[in-house]
Amino acid sequence: MIEKMVTILADEFEVETSEITADAPIKETLHLDSLSLVDMVGLVDEEFGVTIQNSEIATIRTFGDLYEFVYARLA
Amino acid sequence: MNNRRVVITGMGIYSCLGKTLDEVKEALYTGKSGIVFDPVRKEMGFQSGLTAKLDTPNLKGIVDRAHRVYMSEEAQYAYLATADALKMAGLDQAYINAHPVGLLYGNDSSADAVVKSVDVMREKKNTRLVGSGAIFQSMNSTVTMNLGCLFKLRGINMTVSAACASGSHAIGLASLFIKWGLQDCIVCGGAQEVNPFSIGSFDGISAFSTREDAPTRASRPFDRDRDGLVPGGGAATVILESYESAVKRGAPIIAEVLGYGFSSNGDHISSPNVDGPRASLEMALREAGVSIEEIGYINAHATSTHIGDTNEAKAIYSVFGDKMPYVTSTKGQTGHEMWMAGASEVIYSILMMKNKFVAANLNFENPDEDSAKLNIPGKRVDNYEFDTFLSNSFGFGGTNSTLIIKNL
Repeated sequence: MIEKMVTILADEFEVETSEITADAPIKETLHLDSLSLVDMVGLVDEEFGVTIQNSEIATIRTFGDLYEFVYARLA
Repeated sequence: MNNRRVVITGMGIYSCLGKTLDEVKEALYTGKSGIVFDPVRKEMGFQSGLTAKLDTPNLKGIVDRAHRVYMSEEAQYAYLATADALKMAGLDQAYINAHPVGLLYGNDSSADAVVKSVDVMREKKNTRLVGSGAIFQSMNSTVTMNLGCLFKLRGINMTVSAACASGSHAIGLASLFIKWGLQDCIVCGGAQEVNPFSIGSFDGISAFSTREDAPTRASRPFDRDRDGLVPGGGAATVILESYESAVKRGAPIIAEVLGYGFSSNGDHISSPNVDGPRASLEMALREAGVSIEEIGYINAHATSTHIGDTNEAKAIYSVFGDKMPYVTSTKGQTGHEMWMAGASEVIYSILMMKNKFVAANLNFENPDEDSAKLNIPGKRVDNYEFDTFLSNSFGFGGTNSTLIIKNL
């Protein structure tokens, strides 16, 4: 799952896959603002069938947080 | 009230005839058609698969991803046309940062983004999945909101939506802002999306030519055997500036906007009449302060529809009578560039004026009763010098715009 996540995020947001590490901050790494954050949420929903609610997004700061969130929902 | 002279100092275009002024000039000269048959439209249930052919712009590496997602198809065309026009005008970022340059652009739809957003909402039942760019791509002002941010423009900023006269009205209105001293410089023009969603409903009212076996012969303005228009698009930008500002900057002064005429038919929503266009022509001549003898060329609106071309021919004849200059519609080559047409046709006309020719009215083989009264060349006219032209643009709802432009 992590490998797929890294690939689709790097492709969509035009960053190097090497930048997407577990402890890297998502918003800064993917150059997201409050608007484009919704594009990451949409991508995760589309690719993994996992919906991140607005109330949950604040708890997801790093890619590690994101992997844990998606794992938990897929489990 | 101020009465300043208004000049054109830059032009840029992204059209089916080319992506540079040189390419477009050459296409006009050789009579190239930009029309093709698109089988995808037939699969979608279109009555006509005819369309102008445009390459999809690739802005990757030019505009960053975060902003690209806000850009509709037509905003992408307009960005490229505007970048070229600003460069030609010598308007760099330092000048733009120090002066409130305005933005008035014609656009009247952004259907592709609307349709795709609605598809997502219907299927997913979750508005967050339409993405961050959808709203900025969907609105009619998608072009001006994108160009204003990308080029950091700080003057007047709005979209002119007036159907197929949008681009012409944008230039006309911009000329008034400058004439009256409210702005020194305005980026203006027109943009038109080319995707099938944008014109499916247009196809539905049988407005398009069905001459699918001969795409390059389908758009035939003023010809007796015309059977409807062919949809086209792209974007065209012209930089309007006060004469004083242009001289002060040492900018290239290409031409002068002498007059802007306008009117509304107050009549049928799709069928044009004669009186409305005639009023627009007469107002433009009055505002320009020129006689009909001084007009060396008329770029007609004529879209290759029966009633539209007939009534425009009557309107032109009623004003020019036996003092008829050359009249052509470049839509024979481009199809109908709709929201963009008023701006692109100013550029086409300027290119012909600067290069001393009038492109053939493509596919004009036999006149009808009304077009026979105009002076329409079916072949290119070479070595023809003219220094003033008139450009008509008319739109659904009966909106009319006429510009008169002089060579400098």
